[in-house]
Amino acid sequence: MAYTEEELKKELETKEYEYGFYTDIESDTFPIGLNEDIVRAISKKKNEPEWMTDWRIEAYRVWEKMEEPEWANVHYTKPDFQAISYYSAPKKNDPNKSLDDVDPELLEMYKKLGISVDEQKKLQNVAVDIVVDSVSVATTFKKTLGEKGIIFMPISEAIQEHPELVKKYMGSIVPTTDNFYAALNSAVFTDGSFCYIPKGVRCPMELSTYFRINQAGTGQFERTLVIADEGSYVSYLEGCTAPSRDENQLHAAVVELIALDDAEIKYSTVQNWFPGNKEGKGGVYNFVTKRALCEKNAKVSWTQVETGSAVTWKYPSCILKGDNSIGEFYSIAVTNNYQQADTGTKMIHLGKNTRSTIISKGISAGKSQNSYRGLVQINSRADNARNFSQCDSLLMGNECGAHTFPYIEAKNKTAQIEHEATTSKIGEDQIFYCNQRGIPTEKAIALIVNGFSKEVLNKLPMEFAVEAQKLLEISLEGSVG
Amino acid sequence: MLQIKNLHASVEGKEILKGINLEVKAGEVHAIMGPNGSGKSTLSSVIAGKEEFDVTEGQVILQGEDLEDVSPEERSHKGIFLSFQYPVEIPGVSVTNFMKTAINEGRKARGLEDMPAKDMLKLIREKSEMLEIDRKFLSRSLNQGFSGGEKKRNEIFQMAMLEPKLAILDETDSGLDIDALRIVANGVNKLKSKDNAVILITHYQRLLDYIVPDFVHVLHNGKIVKSGGKELALELEEKGYDWIKNEAVV
Repeated sequence: MAYTEEELKKELETKEYEYGFYTDIESDTFPIGLNEDIVRAISKKKNEPEWMTDWRIEAYRVWEKMEEPEWANVHYTKPDFQAISYYSAPKKNDPNKSLDDVDPELLEMYKKLGISVDEQKKLQNVAVDIVVDSVSVATTFKKTLGEKGIIFMPISEAIQEHPELVKKYMGSIVPTTDNFYAALNSAVFTDGSFCYIPKGVRCPMELSTYFRINQAGTGQFERTLVIADEGSYVSYLEGCTAPSRDENQLHAAVVELIALDDAEIKYSTVQNWFPGNKEGKGGVYNFVTKRALCEKNAKVSWTQVETGSAVTWKYPSCILKGDNSIGEFYSIAVTNNYQQADTGTKMIHLGKNTRSTIISKGISAGKSQNSYRGLVQINSRADNARNFSQCDSLLMGNECGAHTFPYIEAKNKTAQIEHEATTSKIGEDQIFYCNQRGIPTEKAIALIVNGFSKEVLNKLPMEFAVEAQKLLEISLEGSVG
Repeated sequence: MLQIKNLHASVEGKEILKGINLEVKAGEVHAIMGPNGSGKSTLSSVIAGKEEFDVTEGQVILQGEDLEDVSPEERSHKGIFLSFQYPVEIPGVSVTNFMKTAINEGRKARGLEDMPAKDMLKLIREKSEMLEIDRKFLSRSLNQGFSGGEKKRNEIFQMAMLEPKLAILDETDSGLDIDALRIVANGVNKLKSKDNAVILITHYQRLLDYIVPDFVHVLHNGKIVKSGGKELALELEEKGYDWIKNEAVV
């Protein structure tokens, strides 16, 4: 059948979330609510040193006095922070386990997600540190990495084993006082990943972490810290999926990247949290703070494919502190049904000859709202700073919205800033053209969307690009199979 | 091959085709000519199955099968190809990738595996050489920034790749300079065989110097008002369409 836009829209609306299932794992869950005692209890549960507990308490006290931000172009019922349980760990968690000892139900869950540990092991080049709810349950390739002096472990372990690094860098890029969600995360984070690449070392494999929300009503607050020492290189992949839930789930992560002189970090994300059903009920609130610091000649690239979450609030940013440092942001954000995304980046140019590139591709369908919000700031000392921004929007149907909010602040006359923006629509004529060549409508949409997103997909590591393409198709196609 | 019986079609309630009868046999080339607004492009869209048009009466039959409930992509799989008058742009999708997808979807419909990459490359090389297409052209985004001539040549390249049973060329000659016209016409002539058929939709006689039709039909006000051999096209070129219009009124 050839499709009119009306039918196309209908088909998009009927697309159900494919990963909506619930795994019944016994969990050790805290009572709901948040106060200093809960924060202390989390810290105690994690067997943390006193300095860590104090840090959390300080963050909690800051958070208590803060207001939830309201400037983003999103509308939602604010979460009740006293109705959330702040700690949940899968039981049967043996620190000496091998991958074969992992709870079979968990393995089943990974299989449904298409990320079974077995499969991942076979990929060989991907070391996986999987976070289910709040505790890491499987870690691979530690040995290979260890030989190079690379540290890749859950942040809870890093606090025990490498306190000097954690103490020095955690909160140095995203201070506890930074914003409401960052403060909350600092107080209650339960786990996340830690990565350190020593001087001059090129990490031989892509590092990968899969996050997952499992327990009903449990917010997840990951904390990620990646430190690339002088002249080192690392490519870090992060992917998320979550089971479907009726009540809204809160996800407030903090990611800090530190690229010291001449270092390079590539940080890629595929995000597929439950977006809510087609009536806009349920779905994850994704309020994330991601920021990187670039020292002299350092380079940080953020690449993200955002297809999930009911509400997304996320601005991976780069502080280009060192001279000649480079920041890049490549983003694809897909919204369908009632999803709302307000996402973009901040490029803060402090050093001389700093360069930044922003490529943002927004795809909106259904009744969704998709906003790009970006700040390019050139400080007075940043001679010869350059920025190029390109924001493209693709609309499907007549009821969705695409918005662009670029902020530019240049305090140095030598700055060169370029901004380009386009908006286009998938037309019946494009679909019919594909149909006439024998390509069914679903495949045609995938083809057109992939073409639109190509510049960003090309920036992802190979194995991730394939997964990302699949996700784009799942998010936008009609019922597959 | 193709039978069109008393075909009526309308768009947004307005009747455009008002009872078309046409039979095209394998091995034949038919030209459909007519003034602007006579319904030529509508006819090609209806044969290809564009749903914007409502078929209110009559039938389109391909190799004995009524196409009424057959989707555009299935019509393509059954061997109908339409060279568009205004090919659309698809940014970021290369000509090669697009053709690969189209060919493999066609194979899937016939229960075949994807074409092996080696065979695909060979086929692309062969067909692009035949149409004197630069290889660099194939990695460009589909129709994006193509000149009028490049777009039409790309349509014929796709036709060569898909090897249809029935090819409808809608105003393929418009926007082509004389060299491009010669290349495109040569391509079509090479693809012609006793097993397939071609419908040329054109405003001018020019294309018919290169692709010689077996039959010429004149479409006017949604009906075929005159049919004849290739000499009819020459007559039209000489006299214009007015005498046909007058004749039709009588």
